[in-house]
Amino acid sequence: MSLERFISDAISPWMKREGPESDIVLSSRVRLARNLQQFVFPIAADKESAHEVISSISSFINQEKDVPEAENLEMLVMEKLKPIEKRVLVEKHLISPNLAEQAKYGAVLMNEDESVSIMLNEEDHIRIQCLAPGFQLEEVLHKANVIDDFIERNADYAFDEKRGYLTSCPTNVGTGLRASVMMHLPALVLTKKMSRIIPAINQLGLAVRGIYGEGTEAQGNIFQISNQMTLGKSEEDIMEDLAGVVMQVIQQERAARKQLQDGLKLQLEDKLYRSLGTLENSRIIQSKEAAKCLSDVRLGIDLEILPGISKTILNELMILTQPGFLQQYAGEVLTPDERDIRRATLIRERIKLENR
Amino acid sequence: MNCEECHEREASLHFTKIINGEKTEFHICEHCAKEKGEFLPGSNSFSIHQLLSGLLHGDGHVPNTPSSNFIPPSLACEKCGMSYYQFAKIGRFGCDNCYKAFESKLNPIFKRVHGGNTLHAGKIPLRAGSSIQEKKQLQQLKQAMQQYILNEEFEKAAETRDEIREIEHRLQQGRDT
Repeated sequence: MSLERFISDAISPWMKREGPESDIVLSSRVRLARNLQQFVFPIAADKESAHEVISSISSFINQEKDVPEAENLEMLVMEKLKPIEKRVLVEKHLISPNLAEQAKYGAVLMNEDESVSIMLNEEDHIRIQCLAPGFQLEEVLHKANVIDDFIERNADYAFDEKRGYLTSCPTNVGTGLRASVMMHLPALVLTKKMSRIIPAINQLGLAVRGIYGEGTEAQGNIFQISNQMTLGKSEEDIMEDLAGVVMQVIQQERAARKQLQDGLKLQLEDKLYRSLGTLENSRIIQSKEAAKCLSDVRLGIDLEILPGISKTILNELMILTQPGFLQQYAGEVLTPDERDIRRATLIRERIKLENR
Repeated sequence: MNCEECHEREASLHFTKIINGEKTEFHICEHCAKEKGEFLPGSNSFSIHQLLSGLLHGDGHVPNTPSSNFIPPSLACEKCGMSYYQFAKIGRFGCDNCYKAFESKLNPIFKRVHGGNTLHAGKIPLRAGSSIQEKKQLQQLKQAMQQYILNEEFEKAAETRDEIREIEHRLQQGRDT
């Protein structure tokens, strides 16, 4: 497969659109956790009960033509996928590592542009996930709500007046809503402001994590900010709190970028060009170094220091250089050392495409 | 190695924190880790379920009333069969009925996880009926009325009172039919 074709298949169509504040906010995501009242939760379910959940949902999905958000959903059953295929879905953030690795009878429903994925039998029966490029929290919540209402018209949710939507984990009960934005914050990291910002955000009941969620460090200066609380606040309040903090972080990042450009222009240019040089020339590159250099190049593009490279390159390469995609591109299982070589090659080829 | 916090207990948790690319190592005992709240969900390390399980096990941190410390071994959910002990161990409910079965134990847990909150204030499924919506609205209006009275905004308070009566009347009629 040619590299162009591979990239185009690997990147979800929704990622190719540019969203608001996309110099800093890479993507917005909303997840709603829901359960069906008549079945026990996946953790306690046997095979029969789990399969019933899937058939109950698929009995009405794609039936209604008035809900475009829930149209043309394709179902993938985890049992039938190869490990590498599941890994690729995780790297595209379409399913959770938990669904890929642990869920016994998991499945996912996806729409054509992959902006909607509905996981079945993950920790909860249903997890509706909507993604959009840039800062678009309201839009993704709206979309998730439309799908939620559609499912609710056809199925009885486990809901309690006092506790709200009943979920398997006590951390999700209530709204079942987890909203998050993925932010690229290189200037705040460079100016060492991030270490002061993270505790402040935590104090407001929000979590800051690395790109791959809980327990991961911020590779490539990409941070995910999300709400922690799901009980006692309305969806709108949760979103408002999160959006307010994100707006402030955007402003801080812009101010830090300006500070760097005003005060340390030459040093900054040197750093960014060196990173571009590394990506263009290295023969072996580990994921961490690749992520760091890609972050620098992305900053260089945003600050118009590095002209002639498209903006989507970071989003693309952050995904393409993950182990699953590298192996899919190579068409074989690779050792970590082999992956470092392939990664360097893939990045060089990708940048060459750009220069053509 | 002794805990870096209390310098008394043996450090049983060893963490590497990376801030701005700088690595710092922490050696800390479980007690101080919990007390510091350093390792709450989202701040690296610990999986959420390990942490929850730690909270649910009690050890004096969760229950607010001494009497709630006692868990009868028979406390179990009749729908999915999960016992409270199992729930406390894995940190997850087995079904919707567990919420009812373990009701007496849940408020302290929710309070801890959701910043002091125990009651849902968000979306209500459309089909679950408009009565829940109206009851919620009623609650909000009553609170608003109290506030108006405190602020001596009596005209607004009276308007709100009329609104409350109207809804109460509607709810009453709904029950009668």
